[in-house]
Amino acid sequence: MTRTLSEAESKALLSPFGIPFLPEANVATSDDALLAGTAIGFPLVAKLCGDNIAHKTERGLVRLMIQTGPDLQAAVEDLLSKATADDGEVTVLIAPMVQATRELIAGITFDEQFGQTVMLGIGGIFTEVIADVAIRLVPITEIDAEEMIAELRTQSFLNAFRGEPEVDRRVLVKILMALSEFASSSPNVISVDLNPLMIVDGAPIAVDALVELDDVATSGAQ
Amino acid sequence: MSSGRVAGRFGKDHFDALFDPRGVVVAGASTHPGKFGFVALHNILSCGYTGNVFATNRDGAEVLGRPTLQSVADVPSGDVDLVFVCTPSSSNFEVLSQAAERGIRAAFIASAGYGESGTDGEARQQALVEHADSLGILLVGPNGQGLVSTPSSLCAQIVAPNPPRGNIGVASQSGNFVSSFLNLSRHSEVGISRAISVGNAAQVGVIDMLEYFADDPETLVGLVYVEGIPDGRAFFDRLCVVTRRLPVVILKGGASESGARAAASHTGSLASNDRVFDGMCRQAGAIRAANLFEAFDTAALLATQPQPSGPRLAVVTTVGGWGVVTADAVAETKLDLITLPGDLRESLDTLLPPRWSRNNPIDLAGGETKDTVADVLGAVVSHPEVDAVILLGVGIQSNQGRLEREGEFFPEFGLERITAFHDRQDARYADLAGELSVRHGKPVLVATELAVGDPSNAAVAAVRAGGRYCFPSADRAVRALDHVLRSAQWRSRRGLPLQGG
Repeated sequence: MTRTLSEAESKALLSPFGIPFLPEANVATSDDALLAGTAIGFPLVAKLCGDNIAHKTERGLVRLMIQTGPDLQAAVEDLLSKATADDGEVTVLIAPMVQATRELIAGITFDEQFGQTVMLGIGGIFTEVIADVAIRLVPITEIDAEEMIAELRTQSFLNAFRGEPEVDRRVLVKILMALSEFASSSPNVISVDLNPLMIVDGAPIAVDALVELDDVATSGAQ
Repeated sequence: MSSGRVAGRFGKDHFDALFDPRGVVVAGASTHPGKFGFVALHNILSCGYTGNVFATNRDGAEVLGRPTLQSVADVPSGDVDLVFVCTPSSSNFEVLSQAAERGIRAAFIASAGYGESGTDGEARQQALVEHADSLGILLVGPNGQGLVSTPSSLCAQIVAPNPPRGNIGVASQSGNFVSSFLNLSRHSEVGISRAISVGNAAQVGVIDMLEYFADDPETLVGLVYVEGIPDGRAFFDRLCVVTRRLPVVILKGGASESGARAAASHTGSLASNDRVFDGMCRQAGAIRAANLFEAFDTAALLATQPQPSGPRLAVVTTVGGWGVVTADAVAETKLDLITLPGDLRESLDTLLPPRWSRNNPIDLAGGETKDTVADVLGAVVSHPEVDAVILLGVGIQSNQGRLEREGEFFPEFGLERITAFHDRQDARYADLAGELSVRHGKPVLVATELAVGDPSNAAVAAVRAGGRYCFPSADRAVRALDHVLRSAQWRSRRGLPLQGG
């Protein structure tokens, strides 16, 4: 059996390894949301967050571009009312609204033959169609991480683009190393999705995170 | 399956018994030319093996005019290191016992009826491995097609051909792929050191063979075919150690369905079996080839030429079209078809008529005198800003010479003299490509479809006589060179020395 963690829990696990996330608040009421949201600064994003909520966008559990306090409070009330019994305990994640023309995807998967792997790919809605990905077995070295980045076929995607600077490859290396170290330290991690990794002023930043664990701790493909 | 075994379980002694035995006994030799037991003995006897050869036959019949022994128990002790087993699976337990008793340390099991044939067969296979383990016998197979070891002139296999001697070590999960590689070796005259089909890989598999090849002075490159890898993580860990010492080219069959367990994730849907295998090869520094020809081309290049120290490629061609197609192929690779350095262009200006291309590919534009090709090639290969060279257009003169020799006017009208001159010139260019490669420590690849169309062509023959690979097309040369370049770059990024023949 596998178990997916909530977005907040996933980020809390990954953050100490050095994955860059946005400053966020995890709140239970609309009043707390207003306080936290004002501190972070508008515009904001609000997302319903819970252990059993994996596909937020598909269920309409994400509110984008919230501009004012009253809008924020209304959005939070509405999201909380959409929670079902199956979702378990829920909260609302408040985060700054960022936009990016370019998205990458990174993560961990578990392969039956080779065990935990690290993955980097071109992201966005066409990620599966384009399927431009590089994969290595956990653990990786910094050289492996650099080679993963260089292996992507769409190299021009990483270069300076319509007035935006080129993607900071050092940050990408850091993210891949962090994923590898996280997986090494937790053999029961069978998947991590950092999707999307938005490219904001050239810097990749993880806007969402989903960790999936094997309840029966696996020791890899030994 | 070899699950849980660690590297180095069998040492050099056991692998020497397998590949360089003092003697071989074929268990289950047959008088019927259609049986494994006949073919194996035939191939051992007819390919020049100089060690002791024995054969057993249940009925005591002569096989190939030679007397046989009743059983392996009758083999003189100390004369034989390898038993080649063609007996039915029901007999093999006893064959191994008798072999161990006679001091035999290695067994190749060609017999079928094991893991490939259902649950009973799997149980028989498991029992056979446990028996071999307890006897201290290195067991290859079962259900394998045999092995070749050219330093010992040993062709102990139930398939053809017997390849020429060389430096490529082949290990395969499919016996027929061994044959495929050996056929290409025989045709191209780029030779083999050892080749082995691991069959069901019950006790040892491809990775064990690669570990032996890594320390084998006869082997300069490993060439493998794999399908399933039961213990992927151990395979990867051991492969990483092997590639430090030996370049490895991998051809994989069965690239297919998604193997990732994490159904909830997007990354999981992208991590197909084949992409994971591909990443594993890159991480381990192994070269993954897309098909049979690409695999052999790359192994042949690694076995016979130095690795390039950088991506800077120059193409020298006597005709335009081939250069254009080669430039197209280079565009898909990490190779850099360099802009010619000013001093090189100036020195070529002194050697060529004004209509030459003045860029790369270096098209001589038919402006050759007797020494032009040689002079241009020398200037290009020796230039410090060139890391690798592809030479196109050799063999044209010799090809015309052949037509003249076969025609009605030969040897009159000066044809005898001119055809001999053509052959000498083409051989000279091919020889020079080899000499310059050695002198400057750079790969210089010769490509012409005459390698397939007319191997007797003077240029093709000279490339081969020099112990090198004549590429059948420019794009195949480019693809192989790109693989070798990526391998070289992988090594240099990790501070490892370059490899290559």
